[in-house]
Amino acid sequence: MSELSVKHLLGIKYLNESDIQLIFETADHFKEVINRSIKKVPSLRDITIANIFFENSTRTKLSFELAEKRLSADVLNFSASQSSVKKGETLIDTVNNILSMKVDMVVMRHPNPGAGIFLSKHVKASIVNAGDGAHEHPTQALLDSYSIREKLGDVAGKNVVIVGDILHSRVALSNIFALKLQGANVKVCGPKTLLPKYIESLGVGVETNLRKALDWCDVANMLRIQNERLDISYFPTTREYTQQFGVNKKLLDSLDKEIVIMHPGPINRGVEITSDVADSKQSIILNQVENGVAIRMAVIYLLASKIK
Amino acid sequence: MGQKVLLSSKEINIILHRLACQLLENHLTFENTVLIGIQPRGKFVAQRLTRILKDEYKVKHIDLGFLDITFYRDDFRRGDKTLEATKTNIDFLVEDKNVVLIDDVLYTGRSINAALTALQSFGRPKDVELLCLIDRRFSRHLPIQPNYRGRQVDAINDEKVKVMWKENDGEDIIYLVNR
Repeated sequence: MSELSVKHLLGIKYLNESDIQLIFETADHFKEVINRSIKKVPSLRDITIANIFFENSTRTKLSFELAEKRLSADVLNFSASQSSVKKGETLIDTVNNILSMKVDMVVMRHPNPGAGIFLSKHVKASIVNAGDGAHEHPTQALLDSYSIREKLGDVAGKNVVIVGDILHSRVALSNIFALKLQGANVKVCGPKTLLPKYIESLGVGVETNLRKALDWCDVANMLRIQNERLDISYFPTTREYTQQFGVNKKLLDSLDKEIVIMHPGPINRGVEITSDVADSKQSIILNQVENGVAIRMAVIYLLASKIK
Repeated sequence: MGQKVLLSSKEINIILHRLACQLLENHLTFENTVLIGIQPRGKFVAQRLTRILKDEYKVKHIDLGFLDITFYRDDFRRGDKTLEATKTNIDFLVEDKNVVLIDDVLYTGRSINAALTALQSFGRPKDVELLCLIDRRFSRHLPIQPNYRGRQVDAINDEKVKVMWKENDGEDIIYLVNR
């Protein structure tokens, strides 16, 4: 198996286990490359990539852009807030206009779930989903699993708990797919109002007691409370959320074993985790960011090699 | 698919010793010289040469690295398959060093071209030499020639030179295979 089974990266749901292993092995090589003094390889010198972001993003956009530049691709950046989308242009028109400038690959973030899938059916370029609403964020899940693999040696058999707003989180859904595919045991933990009703049907356990969840797990992935998506009140106050579902150093130290703390960023310090937890040696948050570039290089490289 | 033996284990051994002596003649102490095997197959030649130089010619220290050239190749997206990478392991800088690039078979010269580009990521070498075990004459696409060659062979494009190593394939032998 030396190539991906897919032409686009729309979600983890469409990948198989050997795709994930191939991405990880390729990312290993790119991780070595980005730690050299000259961090660039010429592989994609004849590929043009458009980063189309219909939703705000800092780190994902930077990470993708850096990955593309490290591979020597030509990069176009496009933000919906400064574009004709505001003037009423449709998604297909916007993208086709960009593609007529001979773009080979589109990295897109969009507020609507399924936007990437829709686009992949209507345009020629390879599509990489950089987050579509509350649906999937595949590269984040890949870099999360890759970071677990790096820290603990393997993902299979590990107990991973995803804590926080599971309902609105594309990171949670992609992570569940990715972790299950690799044979990890997954639980979600959060206030009942933020856990989707039929989440067990994905083969994950549900826990509403944070202490129990942490006792069980090897890795805790702490999600951000997405205030911008909370249209109604899902919990009484942020302070109460923190008391029930926030991780602090005292709680961490009271556990029998050293668990690994992850966070997809941006962190609300003092809400889902305290500063001393975020900066502790158990936290691999900054490793996740570094690995994000290597993973995105691997995904782009492998997809680009299928563009003929 | 027919194949004939190009070099036996004994012949390979003699050639490796000769190449080691030629390297020794030019680099003597290997103080400012580094050996870099091109992945995946040049690694075996480089490891063998290093072992001979250390064990039999008592060279105290040799910097040995392995260079993967996958991301520097000029045939990305031009074949049917995705190019699969192997590990790069160079834990020294090549700045101002005499570099000897080592590969098993020199064919079109495109791999060496990619290796020269890849090498730039590790510094600016003082000079770069090329050592290859088998030099396929008359098949070059680029103006690249080896400084040290094991054996020169005339092979047509339909033929393939298959180099096998004891540590990887069970025995030391080189075949000329008719595809």
